[in-house]
Amino acid sequence: MSAPNGSNGDGRLIGKSIKRVEDKRFITGKGKYTDDIILHGQTYAHFVRSPYAHARILNVDTSEARNMPGVIAIYTGADVAALNGVPCGWQVNFKNGDTMKEPKHPLLVADKARHVGDAVAVVIAESRNQAKEAALAVMVDYEELPPIVNAAEAVKPNAPQVHDDAPNNTCFDWELGNPKEEVDQAMAAAAHVTTLEFINQRMVPNAIEPRCYNASYDETSEKYTLYTSTQNPHVIRLLMCAFVLGIPEHKVRVVGPDVGGGFGSKIFHYTEEALLTYLSKQVKRPIKWTSERTESFLTDAHGRDHISKAEMGFDQDGKVLALRVKTYANLGAYLSTFGPCVPTYLHGTLLQGLYTTPKINVDVTGVFTNTTPVDAYRGAGRPEATYLLERIFDLAALEMGVDPAELRFKNFIPPFDGVNEPGYQTQVALQYDSGNYHGVLEKGLEMLGYEDFRRQQKEAAHNGKLLGVGFSTYIEACGIAPSAVVGSLGARAGLFEVGQVRVQPTGKVSVFTGSHSHGQGHETTFAQVVADKLGIPMDDVDIIHGDSDTVAFGMGTYGSRSLAVGGSAIMRSIDKIVEKGKKIAAHKLEASADDIEFDHGKFTVKGTDKALSFGDIALTAYVPHVYPADLEPGLDFSSFYDPTNFTYPFGCHIAVVEVDKDTGAVTLKRFIAVDDVGNIINPMIVEGQIHGGIAQGVGQAMFEGAEYDEDGQLINASYMDYCMPRADDLPMFETAHQVTPCPHNPLGVKGAGEAGTIGSTPAVVNAVIDALWSGGHKVKDVRMPMTSERVWRAMQTSSSSY
Amino acid sequence: MQIHVKVNGVDYTHDVEPRMLLVHYLRDVVRLTGTHVGCDTSICGACTIHLNNQPTKSCTVFAVQADGCEITTVEGLAGEELHPLQEGFNEKHGLQCGFCTPGIIMTMADFLDHNENPSEEEIRHALKGHLCRCTGYHNIIKSVQYAADKKKQSTTQTQEVPV
Amino acid sequence: MVTVDFDYKKASTVEEALEALASREGKLLAGGYSLIPSMKLRLSQPEFLIDISSISSLKGIQEENGYIVIRAGTTHAEIHDNALIQENLSFFHKAASVIGDVQVRNRGTIGGSLAHADPAADWPALVLAADAVIDVVSRNGSRSINATDFFTGLFSTALEENELITAIRIPVPAEGTRTVYMKYEHPASRFAIVGCAIMRFPDGKTNIAFTGAAEYAFRDTAAEQALAGKALDGAAIEAAVNAALQGQDVSFMGDYYASAEYRQHLAKVYLKRALEAVV
Repeated sequence: MSAPNGSNGDGRLIGKSIKRVEDKRFITGKGKYTDDIILHGQTYAHFVRSPYAHARILNVDTSEARNMPGVIAIYTGADVAALNGVPCGWQVNFKNGDTMKEPKHPLLVADKARHVGDAVAVVIAESRNQAKEAALAVMVDYEELPPIVNAAEAVKPNAPQVHDDAPNNTCFDWELGNPKEEVDQAMAAAAHVTTLEFINQRMVPNAIEPRCYNASYDETSEKYTLYTSTQNPHVIRLLMCAFVLGIPEHKVRVVGPDVGGGFGSKIFHYTEEALLTYLSKQVKRPIKWTSERTESFLTDAHGRDHISKAEMGFDQDGKVLALRVKTYANLGAYLSTFGPCVPTYLHGTLLQGLYTTPKINVDVTGVFTNTTPVDAYRGAGRPEATYLLERIFDLAALEMGVDPAELRFKNFIPPFDGVNEPGYQTQVALQYDSGNYHGVLEKGLEMLGYEDFRRQQKEAAHNGKLLGVGFSTYIEACGIAPSAVVGSLGARAGLFEVGQVRVQPTGKVSVFTGSHSHGQGHETTFAQVVADKLGIPMDDVDIIHGDSDTVAFGMGTYGSRSLAVGGSAIMRSIDKIVEKGKKIAAHKLEASADDIEFDHGKFTVKGTDKALSFGDIALTAYVPHVYPADLEPGLDFSSFYDPTNFTYPFGCHIAVVEVDKDTGAVTLKRFIAVDDVGNIINPMIVEGQIHGGIAQGVGQAMFEGAEYDEDGQLINASYMDYCMPRADDLPMFETAHQVTPCPHNPLGVKGAGEAGTIGSTPAVVNAVIDALWSGGHKVKDVRMPMTSERVWRAMQTSSSSY
Repeated sequence: MQIHVKVNGVDYTHDVEPRMLLVHYLRDVVRLTGTHVGCDTSICGACTIHLNNQPTKSCTVFAVQADGCEITTVEGLAGEELHPLQEGFNEKHGLQCGFCTPGIIMTMADFLDHNENPSEEEIRHALKGHLCRCTGYHNIIKSVQYAADKKKQSTTQTQEVPV
Repeated sequence: MVTVDFDYKKASTVEEALEALASREGKLLAGGYSLIPSMKLRLSQPEFLIDISSISSLKGIQEENGYIVIRAGTTHAEIHDNALIQENLSFFHKAASVIGDVQVRNRGTIGGSLAHADPAADWPALVLAADAVIDVVSRNGSRSINATDFFTGLFSTALEENELITAIRIPVPAEGTRTVYMKYEHPASRFAIVGCAIMRFPDGKTNIAFTGAAEYAFRDTAAEQALAGKALDGAAIEAAVNAALQGQDVSFMGDYYASAEYRQHLAKVYLKRALEAVV
């Protein structure tokens, strides 16, 4: 590998596309994922799962299975009925103030199965194969019950009931924004109202590494260890110890080693984690479980799944007057860790978008169904909000015969930096930190060559070809999150982060972060920050994460929070290191600490050439012979950083598509993304995050979606059936950045992990709608994923439908 | 059944159940864990290795079928130096979580042996047997292009050496 | 994912394979790319597998007695790379390039694909359009089955339990014969939602076959008749497209991804495009 890593010229590292330091182990096959770990005395688990979406369990007969070769133990729902279920981390209240319905999510079900894949029993055996064979031999008598899969149907009076203690399958009803009457009034005064009824379909996150756990118990130290494919090991430990198993937290070590992608699905505390940890003590052997892919489809938390109706009212000049939204959010059979928060506080709060909409009301009903639990999937709530707003903007433009870009410019919130101008207070609880929304759209239009495109589109239509362009100017709330704010909104945890910087006696630096990298490149980006700030080579910095025994605490990685919150915690510790270093330097250089400057790895007495290197100071801190009397030795600081606000990245995504008139097939011709994620530490990594995000957003628009049949069977639960974008489905992406720093964190960063997914989906759908209109097919909607058949059908029926 | 295979140049003889998949043999028996299982249905390509010099999905081959064969896994790809593709994936940020990466590198290594000068379209077509959920493929394409250029340069250099 | 336990035998000759096949109930394993996935899902649970992938007499492509002979164990990749195929049967070359992916093509064989008779596989349309003959052998002797008689239903063929496909024979096309294969693939499985194979002979005869649309691949005799003896002009193509899929003795398939109605529509679109391309 060529080595641009390290100071080049100006000695600064922040802002440079440093090559990733973690790559070497992955490209040589030396990554260490959970399934790569085999412990001494390893046993294997296989789950017996319900083949029915809704069925009473009459009897579980394990007699044959128990006698099969290699079987060590079998546990059923009855065996673990006394244990708590996995908890929900967020409480949403009904409009009348009642708390949400929160039925138990047991580790194994004993009474009835509530979705296909619900775990009824677990077999532990000497080998993977023996565990599976025995699991297949466990005989379960089911009494099939009628299932319900559709959220809007589930709330109707005679629908099958998923939980006895959640009438009408309603977990909560909730609203946010201006009083409904005010919104109704504003809507009534509108010159034009655009109405869109749509489905934001259920998505399966599909990290390519399946979920995997390996749990063990050491009798001498009375300590459990859980290796888990997780995005947040400390959170898993806390939830598992305090809420499920009631075991002492200091006697549990949770390790998230290399993790093969998460996209949200590996945030949550899953039943299998707690169950295997508990059972490892019972069987006195380590137990490993690796999900099969179809099992992943059935049991990894899904994403999205909203049925919505949105209405936006405009005045004669195209200014937005009001937005009214009703959403049925499918939560699945049980509440996953953050399930209730996603369609409410991560969705409703984003419905201001980039616009000055003066009146907004959003009403969300959270619904139980006989489907896999739904939780955060890349973007989590914000893609749903963005999809709604951006679809309605392009549709309104088509309906009113105005340009969709112009309509946006007319309604954008004016630029504000959050320093000289205050943040923007929305109608839906949030205060945006800083923004320049005109800038990203202007840049996007320039990259597209907008006028040229419209000419080409006309020409194409003339020649019988359907070209379309779609816009999406999005905003998201990330850098999750100020604990007091989220606490007041129902979070049952704080959302700070921990960063410890340990300077070793030789000046080498170990950084312990509560963030977790599963592809985001923390080992590089964080090292860049630390090396830059301390003025030392990157090779002298090591980033350590993912182990609850080595890292003090952590809330993990999700919600594009790693750098904004985790990076800020590290920055706090760096500040403490520098401050202490100044005291040590002052003592040694016989100056006042106030007169010491630190820059480029040197402590200098202001205005002199008297200086000590960072290494000198480190050594002195550990060999404190000449040392301030009132100062502790050592150079090691830990900080907890709790942000004062969310961060608000935004951007403009533009898709260009061609629709095959005969088949309905859509080709994505171009994709332009101008993102403003605040300051950028490593442009290469940020672009990589944007690229991957775009692919997942395009995936939702064009390819992906969980398909449940009426019986509650997930009929596309394999990679043979569930379509994800492949290399030949996508173009090269055209990306650019605008930088509006975050005013409230030390690095000025906002977060980039989810932007691509949030922005891209509506751009692609809008482009297809635009293409269809260019051919005279005035359709309002094509359901996602926009399969060629759906687009073709839209063309067949559209001439009379509008 | 007893099988004899050569993996990354090393000979192995083992007794295996006929139903043991080659990928599990490599991971659990030979303990080379760079080859991954992603999907079980011969789609994702994370398990790709070279079986007698051909890219093969090792989740769709029984270990007994590989009896007498030569196998190269990602661990055996580099010699003294990294393979140009390994270098390319680092240079062009062609990986994020790294789980699909070994399989992709194995397929592309064979692809570049047969196509010195691939177009973007050809690379995308050659990647059809792989799913990457992190990168959107953009930087994978660039990584492969980097490796193709690198291979060409080294060929040119070799040719320029006076005999 | 683990399959059921089974016994395994690697056969080195056809005779050895047939003997094993006669000895007990078992399944032939060639490339394994159809069989192993279905075994992993436990849709197939054979107790005995006979591996025929190293039988050398089942490998290779030659011209013999006026036929291009593709031995059954020839992989998709080998068919793709073969000069004889490229010269004489360019649509076999094309089809081989769009089967699955390179890893699948390196293992999967034409014989295995035909025996499996997936309704959305590519080769069935090709062998039908090429007037191929499928040579099979059992301990009772050998016989040849016309491709048009080979596919009998969803995943079912005219093969008897104890028979093994040895070769696919295609009459060497007359000079000036043109062929086309066009496929609209399922974005996840890469199997055909619709595949249309056309062989147009210099004398004006046109063979048309579809895969993907119905429970098994079929020759579209109605469309062929509409074209018989006509120049392939716009009117003839339109007539063929109008006649296509009429009176076929197959039931059209549909699923959540592509309905039967849409598949039939696609079949007509692809027929039109393929006919325009074959001119």
